[in-house]
Amino acid sequence: MTRKQKRLAGIGSIAVVLALAVGLVLVALRDEIVFFYSPTDIIVEAKTGTGQRFRLGGLVKPGSIVKDGTTVRFVVTDTDHDLPVTYVGILPDLFREGQGVVAEGRLGADNQFAADTVLAKHDETYMPKEVADTLKDKGVWKGEQ
Amino acid sequence: MIVELGHYFLVLALALAIVQSVLPVVGARIGHAGYMRSADWTSVMSALLVAGSFAALTYAYVNSDFSVANVWQNSHSRQPLLYKYTSVWGNHEGSLLLWILILALFAALVAVFGRNLPADLRANVLGVQAWIMVAFLLFALFTSNPFERLDEPPLEGRDLNPILQDIGLAIHPPLLYVGYVGFSITFAFAAAAMICGRIDAAWARWVRPWTLLAWVFLTAGISMGSYWAYYELGWGGWWFWDPVENASFMPWLAGTALLHSALVMEKREALRIWTVLLAILTFSMSLLGTFLVRSGVLTSVHAFATDPSRGVFILAILTVFIGGSLALFAARAGTLRQGGLFAPISREGALVFNNLFLTTAMATVLIGTLYPLILEAFGGAKISVGPPFFNLTFGPLMVPLLLAVPFGPLLSWKRADLLAALSRLYFALGAAFVAVLTVLGLTAGGEVAAALGIGLAVWLMIGAFAEVITRSRAFSGGGSTLRRLAGLPGSMWGTALAHFGLGVTLLGIVAVSAFEREAIDNLTPGGSMTIADYQIELVRVGPVRGPNYVEDVVHFQVTGPSGNRFAMAPSKRVYTARTMTTTEAAIRTIGFSQLYLSVGDINADGSLVVRAWWKYQVILIWLGTLVMVAGGCVSLADRRLRVGAPRPARTRGKRELANA
Repeated sequence: MTRKQKRLAGIGSIAVVLALAVGLVLVALRDEIVFFYSPTDIIVEAKTGTGQRFRLGGLVKPGSIVKDGTTVRFVVTDTDHDLPVTYVGILPDLFREGQGVVAEGRLGADNQFAADTVLAKHDETYMPKEVADTLKDKGVWKGEQ
Repeated sequence: MIVELGHYFLVLALALAIVQSVLPVVGARIGHAGYMRSADWTSVMSALLVAGSFAALTYAYVNSDFSVANVWQNSHSRQPLLYKYTSVWGNHEGSLLLWILILALFAALVAVFGRNLPADLRANVLGVQAWIMVAFLLFALFTSNPFERLDEPPLEGRDLNPILQDIGLAIHPPLLYVGYVGFSITFAFAAAAMICGRIDAAWARWVRPWTLLAWVFLTAGISMGSYWAYYELGWGGWWFWDPVENASFMPWLAGTALLHSALVMEKREALRIWTVLLAILTFSMSLLGTFLVRSGVLTSVHAFATDPSRGVFILAILTVFIGGSLALFAARAGTLRQGGLFAPISREGALVFNNLFLTTAMATVLIGTLYPLILEAFGGAKISVGPPFFNLTFGPLMVPLLLAVPFGPLLSWKRADLLAALSRLYFALGAAFVAVLTVLGLTAGGEVAAALGIGLAVWLMIGAFAEVITRSRAFSGGGSTLRRLAGLPGSMWGTALAHFGLGVTLLGIVAVSAFEREAIDNLTPGGSMTIADYQIELVRVGPVRGPNYVEDVVHFQVTGPSGNRFAMAPSKRVYTARTMTTTEAAIRTIGFSQLYLSVGDINADGSLVVRAWWKYQVILIWLGTLVMVAGGCVSLADRRLRVGAPRPARTRGKRELANA
């Protein structure tokens, strides 16, 4: 191979790897990202169908937590609308009534949100940013700032 | 008084850093030896000053001086002494001070151990390091002063965040920071080399030990952080692709690429432009990580309390340093002559392959980390990018790279024979096939992906030693094999160990992902559940009072498959100062696997939810990283590469011949 051919081969193989990576990223961005919705987004605006994975954020409605064996039921609210959630497992340590929560899972046919992950927070003064933004939009945010 | 002294030291350090950022650079420009030498003592002095400042803050913490706002927010008088020390860096202000301390220490190390660097290069390196110092000292003093006093000192502190009260946290951030910040020296070397116009093999030789040092610490820090998250957060995951984890992983990927490309530059004077760019990129990733963690733009388990002015300040630092260095690079790159031609199949070719895949993989991690932020900033939907994204993008890019790893060290420089290299890897290839078939057999063909993954891990682990075996002519008879093994250069052993460790980590990742078992049940005392041949019986729940917490300890009796019995006791802790609950998981290590128990709140009827995991071969993940770290240390200890001890130019040619 001449020097020029070598260089072309080198640039060619770099281009192939980059194209592969770009392809993977595009596919992953189409299929593997998870949207964040509030109960209003789901109930009023029907932003997602059943069976699609998304994150639900809001406040845990006071008095709504019911434990039944390993299953926990609670209601996530953005004060306008409520969405019931079921979760099997151990809730994070900072999961409390009236506090912000982010749950990831799918909406069932019965309009119940089946969460497989409930996000833990590291700090009791910490509010998930998405939840804070949603609540600010609704005008019920009582935090600092 | 001591607190004010700490503050004062920090201001003095800033003054010195400002002097150091101008004088040596000017000295190098006009050839004034005295100006250049001034950097030596200013960098040692500012390291001492920042260390004094750090000691003053530590003093305030250890003596629970709650008149200092930072201490009040993050400490408690009844905290165990160890955690009073670690509280110092368990918050934004204190950890920033640690950041600056390490920055200053690295500059001092260059001043002390870099005696044989050319005077102008050393002056410029220390000058550039001082620019970074000035930026971060200003940041600390104006937006994040740890020495701020309260007008009315409270009687009791608010305690360190309980999940940070742990031995894992005691060591994880300092290790991580030495790695993160250590790349600042590589950056300073790159910028200084561009200023001096001296970018050659000798430069790569000086830079490589520093890169290796930072890489060793970063590897250990990431590994420690992963283990801490695994046992402390109580849900048994060891890597979440959390933005902050990514923030430390991106410099690691770039730094790993840099280690390999610097090798090409050192031995063959090729890839100069690329290596310098990579040195800039690596530290840029460290800065980006700092920005992500401290600016509050992230929803993350690690995010510090937010303050918009801090975010803007770090963004400014980020822009100035990345933009400035890239501009310098653009101005100087044209003057660099590319040397050292090589065929695609050669050691250089293999290292280019390595760099191509590592940096591309890093780019996918970068996209996955920043995409949600960018989308939201432009008013798009709120999204999160989680493990599925990274598994689909990062995963496939790693496969060709890992397949190629054993070949790399076996290829000769300039032009190599792939088949000859493969012939030395027959044994590794055979072992990998046996591993694949064994796993397929044991799982009745049910775990094809796991079988292939384990085969790849075995290929890496055994292939890693092919070079060592070839060089020592082991298995070819003769009593001197051991002597030859011991006589191999440390860097060769370092490479073998690091690649072997990579295989071990991969083995752990594949094994635990495929063969992990999980069970969850609601138990009352006397009740039991089964997981992976282990019978777990809940015996009783007992309250215990700790120094700054109370806890409900749940006692379990576990019966193993061979009838062996042992006790395990996870607990729910309530830290009284913040009335914050944490889950303390119980972990029993059996071989390389772990039995992991975590409990939920105790219900009114005395029952509680128990979550049990059988983490198959999970320890290998961290053992592998320790082997990688050991490999890095062995390589560092190699006399020829010792920090600050480049070999003299006169003898270089001779030894190169001896090594060939």
